[in-house]
Amino acid sequence: MSLRAEEVSWEAGGRLLVQGVSLSPEQGETIGLLGPNGSGKSSLLRILAGIRPASSGVVTLDGVELAALRRKSVARRVAVVEQHADTSVDLDVLDVIRLGRIPHRGAWSSPRPEDDAAVRAAVAHTRLEPHLHQSWHTLSGGERQRVQIARALAQQPTELLLDEPTNHLDIKHQLELLTLIVNTPVTSIVALHDLNLAAMYCDRLLVLREGRVAAAGAPAEVLTEELVHDVYRVRAAITPEGPDGRPAIRFLRAEGSSGTDTGCTRKAIYR
Amino acid sequence: MNGAGTAEEATSESRTGRRGRRPSAPPDAAADAQAESPAPRKAGRVTGASGTALLWSAGLVVLALSIAVAITIGPARLAVTDVWHVVAARIGGGESGLTAIREGIVWDLRLPRTLLAAVCGAGLGVCGAVLQSLLRNPLADPFVLGVSSGASTGAVTVVVLGFGGGALGLSGGAFLGSLVAFGLVLLLAHSAGGTTDRVLLSGVAAMQLFSALTSFIVFTSADAEQTRGVLFWLLGSLASVGWSEVAVCTAVLLVVLAVCLSRAAALDAFTFGAEAAAALGVPVQRVRLLLLVATSLLTAVLVSSTGAIGFVGLVLPHAARALVGSGHRRLLPTTALVGAVFLVWVDTAARTLIDPQELPVGVVTSLVGVPAFVLILHRTGRGRTERRGAGR
Repeated sequence: MSLRAEEVSWEAGGRLLVQGVSLSPEQGETIGLLGPNGSGKSSLLRILAGIRPASSGVVTLDGVELAALRRKSVARRVAVVEQHADTSVDLDVLDVIRLGRIPHRGAWSSPRPEDDAAVRAAVAHTRLEPHLHQSWHTLSGGERQRVQIARALAQQPTELLLDEPTNHLDIKHQLELLTLIVNTPVTSIVALHDLNLAAMYCDRLLVLREGRVAAAGAPAEVLTEELVHDVYRVRAAITPEGPDGRPAIRFLRAEGSSGTDTGCTRKAIYR
Repeated sequence: MNGAGTAEEATSESRTGRRGRRPSAPPDAAADAQAESPAPRKAGRVTGASGTALLWSAGLVVLALSIAVAITIGPARLAVTDVWHVVAARIGGGESGLTAIREGIVWDLRLPRTLLAAVCGAGLGVCGAVLQSLLRNPLADPFVLGVSSGASTGAVTVVVLGFGGGALGLSGGAFLGSLVAFGLVLLLAHSAGGTTDRVLLSGVAAMQLFSALTSFIVFTSADAEQTRGVLFWLLGSLASVGWSEVAVCTAVLLVVLAVCLSRAAALDAFTFGAEAAAALGVPVQRVRLLLLVATSLLTAVLVSSTGAIGFVGLVLPHAARALVGSGHRRLLPTTALVGAVFLVWVDTAARTLIDPQELPVGVVTSLVGVPAFVLILHRTGRGRTERRGAGR
């Protein structure tokens, strides 16, 4: 265990957005961060990355407090992939991936062989060879996320933090991206909205509700019909029919939307 | 499928070959793909360390030649060899073989003026490039933080209102004014949250405020003669500069360029925003403050000796990006060279076009620069839509 959060809280504008969350991932596992909009997933990831200081509690990296480390040392260990990274700068894929070497380089030194090697490995892992000299602005959403992951891997991190990386992607790209993340030999913490994807790909889940941990553990333990109703306020039928007996979630229509309310839909169909 | 343009066509074979194995193919599937993409880079862009070194050497040669040739142009006819003899005589001792008047024209008038044009072009270009990256806004220029309008208010206060009792002088007043304006912008931005947008908005607010103050003072207190002098300075002028300005501006340019280059990687990290930069290990607040102070100081020094020469800092960084891409280690020195050469020729045009009169150099930068800018926009814009069109 290297990156650890102990009872971290974060307060902004008089509101506690994250409250007493603890987290200690095992080496190499993928942790899914679940919870409705505004439940504190993004804030927690920022605290874990050291981009924001926790109001209380500590985040440690190998037992050393994040706040006591230089930003550069943290960035050599912890890489972040944002939900929606964009730029107006005209640069190509290789330029973006090379940004990942910034924490490893001195102010004046030019790229060393190990920098090139790290970039090459990241490119190979994300299979971006055909796109290296393509402009960032011509990439699709899925390709952009893959490039950002490659950039993060070029940082050679031990922990990878991803904030809803599958947002706005079609289902095929969502599956591809999560496969890529799971196959990456680093500890990953991924904020996700899709419960089925979380159940399919994550080793453990942490569910947040209003900044607090609502549940934590293996997908089968965490994802119950009660929890989904408590946290998301929706009804779901959950069966162990996912891959390897993992839970599969089927959402049910909200109460009151069946019966007479569907009349208009039916009319629309039969017209 | 969203690949695009030439890159896509060149490698479509390797892609289709691997598609079937997605999404579960292990990383080693990449081994059968080409190790390096054969796709061509952007046409006309200089790449690689040797290419850049060559570009810079060529740029320095062009700059030296431009300065030498620009000095020979003007009412008094001179040859490049005359310029060389004077410089050699002044630096190495001995006689130039020219009359005292002609030697004076080279050494006291045209040489400092041309050198300052080069320094000023380089400095404004570098400041523009840094601010555009730091504030993530392609429209940012060295004056976006109110430095130039502060300088003009300071200058007007001294010249028109007689503030400082003559001890301060126009450039002293301008320098003080720009520092006041910049301090105000920092204070405003800090109290508003310190984000990039706030810095920009505070800068724009300060710019409006000080421009209004300048106009107010000119309209209420200045006579016709003063108004003309102030107007000339407001549009930028390299007339009547001496060696002391050259020395000060060069020294500050070198220091600020070194500071910016030492933070080149951090500037690259700002590509995807301040948070992304922080995640890449950049101490965002510290770097931002350092670079804002450094560029504003350089701008203040330049503006107080030459007035606000517009356009250079806005456009030349874009031209330099078209040449070497957006990596700042290559971009900043390239921008400096391009800016220097550009302003040397623009100033030469300003002092000769309507001879014996002189145009404010800021007027010529825009007259020459806008068509050039449109050309760049057109070229890069077309390239982008073509690639995009093929992809989407």
